Amino acid sequence: MTLAAAARAGAAAPPLVRLENAGLYRDGRWLVRGVDLTVARGEIVTLIGPNGSGKSTSAKMALGIERPDEGAAHRAPGLTVGYVPQKLAIDWTLPLTVDRLMRLTGPLPAGAAHEALERTGVAHLVGAEVRHLSGGEFQRALLARAIARKPDLLVLDEPVQGVDFSGESALYELISAIRAELGCGILLISHDLHVVMSATDHVICLNGHVCCTGAPSAVAGSAAYRQLFGGRANAALAVYEHRHDHVHLADGRVRHADGSITDHCHPGDGHHHHGHAHAEGATETDEAGHV
Amino acid sequence: MFDDFFQRALVAGVGVALVAGPLGCFIVWRRLAYFGDTLSHAALLGVALSFLLDINITLSVFAVCLAISILLMGLQRRGSLSSDALLGLLAHSALALGLVCLAFLSWVRIDLMGFLFGDILAVSVFDIAVIYAGGAAVLAVLAVIWRPLFAATVNRELAEAEGLNPDAANAVFMLLMATVIALSMKIVGVLLITALLIIPAAAARRLASGPEQMAVYAAFIGALAVIGGLFGSLRFDTPSGPSIVVAALVLFLLGMTPVGALLRRFTTPQGGGGGAR
Repeated sequence: MTLAAAARAGAAAPPLVRLENAGLYRDGRWLVRGVDLTVARGEIVTLIGPNGSGKSTSAKMALGIERPDEGAAHRAPGLTVGYVPQKLAIDWTLPLTVDRLMRLTGPLPAGAAHEALERTGVAHLVGAEVRHLSGGEFQRALLARAIARKPDLLVLDEPVQGVDFSGESALYELISAIRAELGCGILLISHDLHVVMSATDHVICLNGHVCCTGAPSAVAGSAAYRQLFGGRANAALAVYEHRHDHVHLADGRVRHADGSITDHCHPGDGHHHHGHAHAEGATETDEAGHV
Repeated sequence: MFDDFFQRALVAGVGVALVAGPLGCFIVWRRLAYFGDTLSHAALLGVALSFLLDINITLSVFAVCLAISILLMGLQRRGSLSSDALLGLLAHSALALGLVCLAFLSWVRIDLMGFLFGDILAVSVFDIAVIYAGGAAVLAVLAVIWRPLFAATVNRELAEAEGLNPDAANAVFMLLMATVIALSMKIVGVLLITALLIIPAAAARRLASGPEQMAVYAAFIGALAVIGGLFGSLRFDTPSGPSIVVAALVLFLLGMTPVGALLRRFTTPQGGGGGAR
C-alpha cells in the first residue's frame, strides 16, 4: 500500500482525534483559538508556525492534557497514544536508565524496547543513565519509547530537536515508515517549514489561530510527481511559504494589511488572501505549478 | 540484655523505616521536602486534637495531615500565593495552633518533648500492630500506583497523554504521606520525620541505578539507621529520634566515601533499571 493509498484509506475511517473550534484561555489571553483539526488512522498531520503560535497547546488539547475552554476535543475510545513532549527535564535525583524510560507508562513485550531503540539508532545506550545522554540521543530515546508502544496515535512535538541534520532526515523517514507499518495517525509539530517531510498529508499553519491549512500530499505523495522531481519533493512545502497579511502586535492586537487594528484575528475573519489555493485535495496542476 | 521496650522500639522503628524509604524517594524526586515538613509540623495539631476529642493519636494525626494536604491543594489552585509561601504558612500555623491547643489542655500532662523528638518508651505492642498493618497497606497501595506515580514524577503531561491518571496517583500519594507521618511520629518525633523520609533516599541515590532499586535501598538504609540510632540512643542516653537521624546522616556520608564507591560497583552491574512490574 502506498502512503497516499494509506492516507486515502485513513480518510474514510472515523478520526482518531478531532478538535472542533478549540481554544485555550490562560491568564487573561487566548493561547490559541479556533483550531479545527482531525487526525485519522494512517494520516500525518503537521502543525507548523512560529514560537508561541499555539502548536504545543493545540497538541495538548488533542491529547486531553488540556481541556479546551471553547470548542471541543474528541478522541476515539481506547486509543493507545505515544507522545514525545517538547520539553522533558530529568532531575538528577532520578536514577533512570534508557531501558527503564522505555517502560515508563506501560509494560512492553520482550524485545520491543530493543527493536525500537535499534531503529532510532541508540540501541547501544540501553543501559545508560538518561541524564548522561546528549540532546540528540535523548530525543532518539524518546522517539523510540513512543513507537515501542505501537500506538494508534503518535504525537511528536518537535521530535528531532538537537538531532544533527543528516540524522534529522533519517528520523523523518523512520516516522513515515512507522506510519506505514502501524497504520497509526501522527500529529507532528515543527517550527521549521523546511524540515517538514514530504509525507505529510495535511499541514496546519498556526499563529494563535489557524492561518491556513492544506494537503501537500495530494501532490508530493503521488508517484508521478516524485518521479518527476525526485529529491525536490521536499520543496513541496515551499508552497507554504506565504506572506501573512496581518501582524500580531506585542500587546496581542492584530494589525491587518489595510492598516486596521483589531483585538483578535479569527479564522473566519477572511482577512487573508494567499497567492495560492489551500483547499484540501488541491489538484496536481494547481500546486505543482508553484514548484 | 535488651529491655522489653527497646525491642518494641526496634521492631516499630524498622517497620516505619521500611515504609518511609520508598515514599521518601518520591519526596526527593519531586522536591517535596518542604511538603513533608509541613505535614509533620501539622502532626502536632493532630496530637492536640486527639487529647481534646479523646481519640486515637495516630488516627487524629492522619486526619489532620490529610486535611492539610487537601487545604494545600485547594489554596494552590486559587494561586494567590506561591507554593513555598503557602507551605510555610500552613506548616507553622499548624505547629503554633497545636502548641497553643496543648497549652490550653492544662488538665492533661503530656510529654511535649516526646512528641517533638520521638519517644521509644511510648511504643506499645498495639503501636507495632498499627505500624505493620498500616505500613503493609501503604506499601501495597504504593506498588499498585507505582507506574502512574513514577511516570507522573518524570512528566505529568506525558503520563496523562498516554492514558495514565497522574492526578489520581498524586491524590493517593498524599494519602500515603499522611499515613506514614502518622505512623512514624512516635518513633522520630514530628520535627524529624522528614529526615527519615529524605536522608535514606538521598543516600540510596548514590548507589542505585533504577528507581525501583533506589526505593528498596532507601528502605534498607532507613532500617539500618533506625537500628544504629536506637542502639546509640541506649548507649549514650540520647533522645531516640535525633539519634536515628544522626545514624542516617552517618550512612549518607559513608555513601560519599570510597566505601560508597565500592558498594556502587557491586550494585550497578545487574542494574539496568531494575525492570518494570
